[in-house]
Amino acid sequence: MNHDPFHWGRPSQGTYGDYNYNIAHASNVDKSNKSNSEFPKMHTQQPMITGTSVIAIKYNDGIVMAADNMGSYGSLLKLDDLQRIIPVGSNSVVGISGDISDFQYLERLLDDLEVEDSYDMENENLKANHLSEYLTRVMYNRRSKMNPLWNAIIVAGFDDNDELVLKHVDLLGVAYSSPTLATGFGNHLAIPLLRQKVETEDDAAKLTKEEAIKTIKDCMKVLFYRDARSWDKYSLCVIEKSTKSIKIEKDVKVEGMKWDFAQHITGYGIPQQ
Amino acid sequence: MFRNNYDNDATTFSPTGRIFQIEYAIEAIKQGSAAVGLVSKTHVVLVALKRNAEELGSYQKKIIKVDNHMGIALAGLAPDARILSNYLRQQAMSSKMVFNRPLSLSKAVHSIADKAQENTQSAGGRPYGVGLLVAGFDDSGAHLYEFLPSGSVLEYVGAAIGARSQAAKTFLERKFDEFPNATKEQLIEFALTALRDTLAQDKELTTANTTVAIVGKDQDFTVYDDDNVEQWLNLLDSLTNTRSTNIKDEEDDDDDDDEGDNENAEEAPAAAPESMDIDP
Repeated sequence: MNHDPFHWGRPSQGTYGDYNYNIAHASNVDKSNKSNSEFPKMHTQQPMITGTSVIAIKYNDGIVMAADNMGSYGSLLKLDDLQRIIPVGSNSVVGISGDISDFQYLERLLDDLEVEDSYDMENENLKANHLSEYLTRVMYNRRSKMNPLWNAIIVAGFDDNDELVLKHVDLLGVAYSSPTLATGFGNHLAIPLLRQKVETEDDAAKLTKEEAIKTIKDCMKVLFYRDARSWDKYSLCVIEKSTKSIKIEKDVKVEGMKWDFAQHITGYGIPQQ
Repeated sequence: MFRNNYDNDATTFSPTGRIFQIEYAIEAIKQGSAAVGLVSKTHVVLVALKRNAEELGSYQKKIIKVDNHMGIALAGLAPDARILSNYLRQQAMSSKMVFNRPLSLSKAVHSIADKAQENTQSAGGRPYGVGLLVAGFDDSGAHLYEFLPSGSVLEYVGAAIGARSQAAKTFLERKFDEFPNATKEQLIEFALTALRDTLAQDKELTTANTTVAIVGKDQDFTVYDDDNVEQWLNLLDSLTNTRSTNIKDEEDDDDDDDEGDNENAEEAPAAAPESMDIDP
């Protein structure tokens, strides 16, 4: 047998001509300015190294948000010490899931924005509501070029009136707000648990900070149990309105796990003795 | 033709550290009719004297709205002011579009200051021949800035630019401690009184030649022209220059009354740093 894939079941050369090797070599590098470009420019069609869920919940005096430290390459644990919750200025944090290279690009954009905003200014003017608007525009702009930044973002912080902002922005430039938010798998696994605690803004007004932190920690545990692309080390961000503080606790470990059920699971891989 | 060897372009210093083309551009502001601005804690008022080229012609627009929260008054070359105001409008729109926030005043004035400064440091160009009073209300309160072709931008509690603006400045200097707590009506009255002081002897403020604008807390930038300024002109007891009645004016020495006579404009501007003999 001929092991060259190019010879497997190709339509006859006589009818369709030679195979266009450009198809196999297509890249996202823009070659349109060169004369030998026979194949269109290709954009990101899937993320490569990815970060999984970011989750957030509102409570009576702020927001708690968490995201684990993992960067997966397919099912491989490629990075285990990745900070996916980053502060922007002193009024906001963003938690980013999805493609890590696009995350790093956004990180750079946000850094530039912070620098740009501090020119000529006595006080800081970049608030969380401005930031979420900006990110929405960036994401929508890129999706309109058919070249999206492959991320889902949660923005949290304070607006111009020091009120809380909690917003979700995705790779299509869609933005929405809710007292509980999650990206990726968190939308399936964490949102139902978060909504048991907080369904509406009124529920959020009753939830204490301690309960909120516990709820988020429980969700991170469930996510680690069931989301095979998650990690048990995560960052926990607590925003407090009364003190106007934003604290990010790093390297928090998932606690109180029980794995003894695992020995009864059979049918995957090599049978355990 | 040239007055000296150092005014052929805007990029050459004279040995005394001056850039003549910039100073000439600042002279151009004084060719334009006067504009006055002043600030209270909550409001900014701009007033200006419009000119018509001839009796049957229309009046030159002196106040341009940039956004709901800011606008400019100009003195000097109006076409140059249009370039700057269009640029400011773009900046204001982009701030709304990208960040969903109104453009802050300091960002706005610094953006045009940078544009103007480039013209003083690149060959082949000329500085803008216009001065602006930029008024607006943002997160940090009410602001009035003066913009000059040199690219310098300074914040004022009261400012006047244009022909005979020194007279308005004198009035503002006498009254400025009453501005912060003034109501918007008082503020407009102060502004119009200052503007009245810049009038030539046989002129008076009319609904046709006066333009008033106000912006502030819970008050979008509003321009009053023609019949709409009447309500504000009624605040004044007299519409003619009170200074011209008790003439024999003080030291009416300098540049504030010499419209159109170019020989006169060529004497060194007052701010000349201990000028050595600059005439060749």
